Amino acid sequence: MSATARDAASPLLEVEELSKYFGNVVALSGVSAHVNAGEVTCILGDNGAGKSTLIKILSGVHQQDEGRVLVDGVEVHFNSPRDARARGIATVYQDLAMVPLMSIWRNFFLGAEPTLGPMPFRRFDLKFAKETARDQLAKMGIDIRDPDQPVGTLSGGERQSVAIARAVYFGARVLILDEPTSALGVKQAGVVLRYILQARDQGIGVIFITHNPHHAYPVGDRFVILNRGKSLGSYPRADIDQQELVRLMAGGHELTELQHELESMTAEVSGP
Amino acid sequence: MAAPEPAAPAPAAVDERVARTGPVSRLLARPDLGALMGAIFVFVLFSITARDVHWASDLGIWSNWGSVAAYDGIVAVPVALLMIGGEFDLSAGVMIGSSGLLLGLLTTRADMNIWPAMALVIVFGMAVGFLNGYTVVRTKLPSFIITLGTFFILRGLNAGGTLKLTGTVAINGIDSAPGFASAHRIFASTLWSPYDFSVAMLWWIGLTAVGAWVLARTRFGNWIFAVGGDPVAARSVGVPVARTKIALFMGTSTVAALWGIMTAIALRGIQANEGVGREFEFIIAAVVGGCLLTGGYGSVIGTAFGAAIIGMAGQGIILSRWDSNWVYLFEGVILVLAVMLNAAIRGRAQRWRSR
Repeated sequence: MSATARDAASPLLEVEELSKYFGNVVALSGVSAHVNAGEVTCILGDNGAGKSTLIKILSGVHQQDEGRVLVDGVEVHFNSPRDARARGIATVYQDLAMVPLMSIWRNFFLGAEPTLGPMPFRRFDLKFAKETARDQLAKMGIDIRDPDQPVGTLSGGERQSVAIARAVYFGARVLILDEPTSALGVKQAGVVLRYILQARDQGIGVIFITHNPHHAYPVGDRFVILNRGKSLGSYPRADIDQQELVRLMAGGHELTELQHELESMTAEVSGP
Repeated sequence: MAAPEPAAPAPAAVDERVARTGPVSRLLARPDLGALMGAIFVFVLFSITARDVHWASDLGIWSNWGSVAAYDGIVAVPVALLMIGGEFDLSAGVMIGSSGLLLGLLTTRADMNIWPAMALVIVFGMAVGFLNGYTVVRTKLPSFIITLGTFFILRGLNAGGTLKLTGTVAINGIDSAPGFASAHRIFASTLWSPYDFSVAMLWWIGLTAVGAWVLARTRFGNWIFAVGGDPVAARSVGVPVARTKIALFMGTSTVAALWGIMTAIALRGIQANEGVGREFEFIIAAVVGGCLLTGGYGSVIGTAFGAAIIGMAGQGIILSRWDSNWVYLFEGVILVLAVMLNAAIRGRAQRWRSR
């Protein structure tokens, strides 16, 4: 595939020294990261670390104050989410943009319905929509019982997976997943992590935002840790183990301090 | 970690799965099933209580309740689509009077041919619907309130305007307009003597078929479900939410205007208070037909059964020799039962899997 040739030249999506200020609040300061085709880059960070600001810049909701965003090595400016989507950058938010009472196939093609026939009799191509929804989900390894099932009856993990499959089908090259596992149980999170790998294996660059290093480590090729708007570094998988990731993510020495503090509090409580 | 086989089905997904859906629960998942069952129940009920007549076999009786059902059913089609789209139109009833009166004015005062006059009335219907829809979309206020305002504005105009212009509470003499005979044949004639089925029944069946097709088989139908089910999600995937809602309001007012035309032609004149109170019958038909009051779910076919129930109730209560005032009580009971039955069926449909 030509994708490999392009990979060698430049990353699919790259940010350099990105900064964003809201008034006098520094939301993001000098953050750099990239994702290659067929790789998963995990953005890790606690609440308020700047993860949301970073995704919003990447998906065109916000514009950076400093730094550059590059697609295929070329600098781009996203003025709206539509600009980002036109470049093949799809963001799957937690709310998922799906209508619970509508069937899977109706949701899958919502806003981009395939049609048949001339104008007064133009109709929604139901057969194509049902078959394509089922095939695309099967390709992601999602075996749905019935495409007529309302999305509201799916589990959280399955819903995430349908949203991922939809983004992939509509031409996403970069998939940004905003905390896709945070509201899910262990098993359901596992289902979503598997679909992240499926998307990766289809040559898509995945940006996986999470605060859970245990979800990030098994699927990530690269880890960018954010803390209070600053990057604590970008680590290829080979350079970091899970324990180190957990430690960095929790703020390293801050965690050690917290541990001491908690221990002394426990000592006071259990004291005389 | 090793990459998984690309096409391997996820083993965890198998664990989450419960029994496959059988044909019975599929049938029960249909929104129109409750209305069909209700219509059968009401039909059987009156065939027992209306002992003096042949309720089930007399086609004349079918013709009677059929035309009542047809008039309600015609406007109930766009009202149901609007409700699935998440909105109400309380002005749908009074629009019938306004349109009929406008037709009367154009033909008796401006001496127009009835056909161009009808075209103008339809344009008037579209304009009122556009104003309703545009106001709802722009102000983001509940359509219940906006269209209640339209209802009272039109009601006042109908009564006040008619009195001022004619000195009476009705406009008569529409049948003297040029083109009346051909219009009467299309909008107000009867078929199949001696039973005299109203031609409105054909309009009802036709509009129901078109409405059902639009809802289930077109892109616009998909948008109707989406704007009623979750407008925020719909907008985020590119559905033109405002345009869809305005179109639904326009459809409702336009079809109400059509009914106004049909009534004015059938009665050869129109009362100033025509249609007032009817808006609730359309809403009852839609709700009995399985439409969710909160939007996003419903059926046009079910709504036709709902209109049939209302039609049968009016005739059946009289033929059972009960006082006609019981019709309202009957409709109220049917409405409450339908809402509860729909909730039960929908709950069952959504428990396709235990969660």
